[in-house]
Amino acid sequence: MTDFWIITLSTAGALFALLAAVGILRMPDFYMRVSVTTKAATLGVGLILVAAAFAFDHFSVTSRVLAIIIFILLTAPVGAHMIGRAAYFIGVALWNKTKTDDLKGKYDKRTHKLK
Amino acid sequence: MRSLFLMNILLTLIWAALTGKFEFSNFVFGFILSYGVLWIITRDTKRASYFTRVPKVIGFLLFFIKELIKANIQVAYDVVTIRNYMKPVIIGVPLDAETELEITLLANFITLTPGTLSLDVSDDKKTLYIHAMYVEDKEAFIESVKNGFERRLLDILR
Repeated sequence: MTDFWIITLSTAGALFALLAAVGILRMPDFYMRVSVTTKAATLGVGLILVAAAFAFDHFSVTSRVLAIIIFILLTAPVGAHMIGRAAYFIGVALWNKTKTDDLKGKYDKRTHKLK
Repeated sequence: MRSLFLMNILLTLIWAALTGKFEFSNFVFGFILSYGVLWIITRDTKRASYFTRVPKVIGFLLFFIKELIKANIQVAYDVVTIRNYMKPVIIGVPLDAETELEITLLANFITLTPGTLSLDVSDDKKTLYIHAMYVEDKEAFIESVKNGFERRLLDILR
């Protein structure tokens, strides 16, 4: 039973990491690339770590796995948010099929304030 | 609330030390055991709100994992098929969350669900700007954010 979980979780993790890599090539604009890679990579890494916890079945490994997952969940979205915000600010173009842009014209170019 | 949680953790550690097995399953068992003990001794007091909150936190985590897997499969399907199904928008969602902690957690959870990326919060903390990949209907999307993540998160934090 443990083997089953290790195999399933690590395979799923590797697949999601692969999908994130393919996503970088396939997505049409920068924001969607950030969107796809942060999440699929987070889930992929998380699944592989859980598989490692099952495989070692030792408290010292499990606690480290939990700590790493918590820190990834805390830091990955903050990084994605900062990169996305900076990209919007310097004017990286959106995909031409983007329907609405509520942020347009809301930034003060000089003071970086958002109205 | 906070002191009860710390006491719960402390009792868990004591349980693990007394039984002498520092395994993850033993910690979980100790947590459940001390949770039950604390529930019995604090019944009918004002501090009992802790005991409605812990199930809510677990429920929120399960909901989050469900959303994460569902949305990841949607994005994965889009990545491997040739046609693009994306309908991206940047959308301003009005916020009910007020404190910095509530907004930070909400923005983080929104970024962690695939297809959505929180870009910025307006300076008066009233609007959260989200880049979303699959939006058919603007109102329905705002409604789903407000009724899904925000309501559940505020239920726990308030």
